[in-house]
Amino acid sequence: MNIPENLRYSKEHEWVRIEGDEAYIGITDFAQSELGELVYIEIDTVGQTVERDEVFGTVEAVKTTSELFMPVTGEIIEFNPSLDEADGDNPGLINEDPYGDGWIIKVKIADMSHYDELMDAAAYAELIG
Amino acid sequence: MKNTPLTQIHIALGAKMADFAGYNMPIQYSSITEEHLAVRKKVGVFDVSHMGEFIVSGKEALEFVQKVTSNDASKLNVGDIQYTCLPNTDGGIVDDLLLYRMQDDKTTGFPVFMLVVNASNMEKDWNWIASYNTFDAEMKNISDQTGLLAVQGPEATAILQKLTDINLSDFKYYTFQTGSFAGIDNALISATGYTGSGGFEIYIPADKTVQLWNAVMEAGKDTGIQPCGLGARDTLRLEMGFCLYGNDIDATTSPLEAGLGWITKLKKPADFVGKDWMTAQKEAGLKRKLIGFTMQERRVPRHGYQIFDHQENEIGVVTSGTQSPSLDQPIGMGYVPVDMAQEGSIIFIQLGKKLMEAKICNLPFVKI
Repeated sequence: MNIPENLRYSKEHEWVRIEGDEAYIGITDFAQSELGELVYIEIDTVGQTVERDEVFGTVEAVKTTSELFMPVTGEIIEFNPSLDEADGDNPGLINEDPYGDGWIIKVKIADMSHYDELMDAAAYAELIG
Repeated sequence: MKNTPLTQIHIALGAKMADFAGYNMPIQYSSITEEHLAVRKKVGVFDVSHMGEFIVSGKEALEFVQKVTSNDASKLNVGDIQYTCLPNTDGGIVDDLLLYRMQDDKTTGFPVFMLVVNASNMEKDWNWIASYNTFDAEMKNISDQTGLLAVQGPEATAILQKLTDINLSDFKYYTFQTGSFAGIDNALISATGYTGSGGFEIYIPADKTVQLWNAVMEAGKDTGIQPCGLGARDTLRLEMGFCLYGNDIDATTSPLEAGLGWITKLKKPADFVGKDWMTAQKEAGLKRKLIGFTMQERRVPRHGYQIFDHQENEIGVVTSGTQSPSLDQPIGMGYVPVDMAQEGSIIFIQLGKKLMEAKICNLPFVKI
């Protein structure tokens, strides 16, 4: 299972990549593998500030539905247009490239301490066994 | 958790495994969509050895089977198969099953039936059926000694024909023959399945299951035969509108409500469990009905989601839902009041905090 060293991870299987005070957030390779083929990503929180651990969206796989939880409090400034049904509409990118082209949202982080409290790759690897 | 004879093969093939009805079963090997489309377009193979098989035999075997099942077993000739159910005594279903009319017993000449039941209900079914055995009939559970593969799809016949002298192209749907298959004596080849794409189900002694799997995979190699898991089995059956016990039918749903009136023969020449309440229900008229619907938007309905009308009154519940790989669209089934069950009617499915529009459609979702 691919767990890049340069990312931080939440117990809800989201990853966070930091760029200044902004962050890209997606789901981990483990999460996409457990969910199977993704068919639709719903994010209707763009422009809103969502608290840590609150729901910011939903992913639909063939077999199951899963909610997405904010790993850090912040304002959602972008939904990956390649996933958005109004644009690229290619949710399968999350299966193909969960840490790259399959990023889900871009966030302006409100409290950097939330990022510091996330798991590193080693801790996340231990979580998923 | 129990293994099927093929569990190690599934693991070696890299299948995602999960506990299903107490068995360690493959959910998917590659992807549900890929496996699904292989069955629709070519051929796929499923290990369904977890299914339960009971043999009922004896002088009054027919009378016994007639007593506990809703369809008319007296219509079956040797080699015929019937879809039927075990009604309970208070308006619901104990299980749905396939009933096979086997060769008469060679020594006694008495009739023999095989009942193929859901793995999840095996023990419950056994106890239920046994509790009605006041007949001169015997029951035997051969589930652990029986392996079962389903080979499904338009190419299934051509592939399987390489493995047997029995003429598979003359086979009528819902009939079976016994004979040698892939060098296995006494295989039972059944023109049945749960996918809607045609094909066969092959019953063999459990210790021959690996031999059969290998032979089928080899025979289908050039056609690109695809091992398929329970994930694709579910999407395939749902596209056809086939009921799944525990989802669409259960101890609280009547076969009449579920659109299974055709397996309830109220006029058959025998009394049977559930006949009273079924007759009463038919006379009084149904209150609710199992319908199919397609979502107008992209969210996927799931078992247990609530259904609402235009006035936001709760009117029913979703029993099954998935993203249809053939239609590339979310589909579902659920119960709604009969007066709201017309094709084309708009209903609303609750997804989280939102109500999303869905349209009632005819079943099956996919015509093959």
